[in-house]
Amino acid sequence: MKKLTALLLSLVMVVSLCACGGAEKAEGSSKVKAGFIFLHDENSTYDLNFINAAKEACDALGVEYLMKTNIPEGQECYDTACELVDAGCNIIFADSFGHEDFMIEAAKENPNVQFCHATGTKAHTEGLSNYHNAFASIYEGRYLAGIAAGMKLNEMIDAGTITADQTKIGYIGAYTYAEVISGYTSFFLGARSVCPSATMEVTFTGSWYDETAEKEGANTLINDGCVLISQHADSMGAPTACETAGVPNVSYNGSTASVAPNTFIVSSRINWTPYFKFAIESVRDGKAIPADYTGTIATGSVVLTDLGSAAAAGTQEAIDKAKADLQSGSLHVFDTATFTVGGAKLDSYKADVDTDAAYEGDHEVIVNGFFNESGDGFRSAPYFDVQIDGITLLDTAF
Amino acid sequence: MTSKVKEPLFHIVKRDNISKKQEWIIRGAAIIAALIVCALITTILTGDNPIKVYGTIISGAFGSARKTWVTLQNLAILLIISLALTPAFKMRFWNIGGEGQVLMGGLAAASCMILLGDRLPKGLSVPNWFVVVLMIVTSLLAGAIWGFIPAILKAKWNTNETLSTLMMNYIATQLVAYFTIVWEVPKGSGKIGIINQNTNIGWLPQIGNKYLLSIIVAAVITVGMLIYLNYSKHGYEIAVVGESEKTARYVGMKVKKVIVRTMLLSGALCGLAGLLLVGSINHTVTTTIAGGQGFTAVMVSWLAKFNPITMVFTSLLIVFLGRGASEISTAFGLNQSFSDILTGIILFFIIGCEFFINYKINFRKKSKEEVKENV
Repeated sequence: MKKLTALLLSLVMVVSLCACGGAEKAEGSSKVKAGFIFLHDENSTYDLNFINAAKEACDALGVEYLMKTNIPEGQECYDTACELVDAGCNIIFADSFGHEDFMIEAAKENPNVQFCHATGTKAHTEGLSNYHNAFASIYEGRYLAGIAAGMKLNEMIDAGTITADQTKIGYIGAYTYAEVISGYTSFFLGARSVCPSATMEVTFTGSWYDETAEKEGANTLINDGCVLISQHADSMGAPTACETAGVPNVSYNGSTASVAPNTFIVSSRINWTPYFKFAIESVRDGKAIPADYTGTIATGSVVLTDLGSAAAAGTQEAIDKAKADLQSGSLHVFDTATFTVGGAKLDSYKADVDTDAAYEGDHEVIVNGFFNESGDGFRSAPYFDVQIDGITLLDTAF
Repeated sequence: MTSKVKEPLFHIVKRDNISKKQEWIIRGAAIIAALIVCALITTILTGDNPIKVYGTIISGAFGSARKTWVTLQNLAILLIISLALTPAFKMRFWNIGGEGQVLMGGLAAASCMILLGDRLPKGLSVPNWFVVVLMIVTSLLAGAIWGFIPAILKAKWNTNETLSTLMMNYIATQLVAYFTIVWEVPKGSGKIGIINQNTNIGWLPQIGNKYLLSIIVAAVITVGMLIYLNYSKHGYEIAVVGESEKTARYVGMKVKKVIVRTMLLSGALCGLAGLLLVGSINHTVTTTIAGGQGFTAVMVSWLAKFNPITMVFTSLLIVFLGRGASEISTAFGLNQSFSDILTGIILFFIIGCEFFINYKINFRKKSKEEVKENV
């Protein structure tokens, strides 16, 4: 037994020596060491999108980094963040919404380390100089993807497959959360901007990743007469169901052409590389990172995949034009002239920008005739949670 | 006497008695064999140096003071749940419902923290000690109720407790899922988040550091369970009911009472684990907060043959492998599944070696010699 203990102890020593050796090797140019916390591993499209961006950003900047996958949204996130601090990281990223509170706990205890959390909502009210949120104006990407969907509907009308009053879109959402509502509404507005007769039905799965529920949701919508499907959930469930049924679909987080070669139109996704680079460079140069960072089309954060085989002719041109208009500011996704709520124009809306348990609206977000989503002075994470006319929610249990 | 009948190549014989030394030699051999097989698989599949991989497992669990504390804390929780299930198993009552009992304890604690914390109308406040006391009482009670229901069904109508305890898990999970939606922040997110993050109402007191409270509770319960099972009348009754219900009835024990009482204890202790998970460690509740430990604990308890002291080591083994496994995926860029494969192999050998402790394999040639010796 003593021998075994001795053996174990010597192993520990060897290992810790190795660890020290590794740290000393770090070059002067890359004093920054980044740590990444992911909810799942590369098998989830959502996390894969982050993992690829993390590698790309760190490799481009020549920065050392550590990745921790499969970290649940609990105290493990705090422990992992602190372990990364112990390992010498001076900037730490986490990718899942539920990591936020635990990142804040770690940030409070480690004031000299920067903590960056994607999709979170609390940085602007927490008042910590080393805790930051980031998101992207993905609603613009959704809007552009919606245009591709509208073009497809028009093509189907022209081909005589459907009539104009059958242009019903189906959408599978995860939760009735602002991020999802903002996503499907912007997608719908994009589709309706080119196909005015379009309507939409939305169903919710109550999970960010549930292949069976997403597949079933897609089938329900297709049986309900939806002629085009899109989703905000992370599995291949919906695209697979669409391919089987031969229904065109628009995806999220990345191309799903591999499972839906004949029905895939396009996918929007957030490219996290620009933010990772920006934040790491800020630490390297000793600059402050803003509490909220919203990536845009201009920063390269909001991107579309290549069009799939199911896309209608002329789609690319229509997307390019709208993209230019969005960037020039002549087009706004949530322009209040383009939608109604309960039959009336939305002139004023108090959004729940500062997170609280009572969900109280606290900021007037209709500015200059449009809903200012992810706007300056508010926060980066979406807060558009308005139910607009033309969209029917089949269930709101989640 | 065996000359005419063709003897099989080997036959398996139950061992009558085996010395402690032999037992440990067999166990040691199993662990070495497991490490060799893991090393071969590692080298063949990944090309990484297996010694380095093993070093990483150790540093993943004990590489720094913080890592050691977290490992000990995880050990404490798994140990409490295992100890909680043990009296039931010793009674041969198949409590597969640890997961649900932990969840209910956690949900009870969380509900006290939420309803008596930041959500109280302005001006109203409840003293923190009261919230903590209420959390302790409700958690133990909630866990106990989740143990009581299958127990009373078994005692009254002799229902199959394996099924009923298992199903109670699903009910508990769905209850937590339901209240997650009721208490979610922000709206629609499906997450409760850290409860009372700024006021810390209902957070169990820290003793020394963040991790020590659970460890102390686990130590106390380990000793308590050792005494309860081995030196108390209750413990004796549990053992007798486990050996034979009929014997127990014959000697005048109230079997139904023993079943219900034991399951109340088992459930309450699971509820205590839930209390620690919510009140002391995570400060939130999710459907996955028990993390499958209600099931892992079944293995821990059986592997230790219901001995509370041995259980410390069996749960350490499981926690150690789990912590080390996640470190492998970081250090070597391997998928978590690979470390799960290694964990599986090691557990397979450790559980498998119990067979060789209980049975011995006699090969044809050897057995003939034995016959001669006997003659």
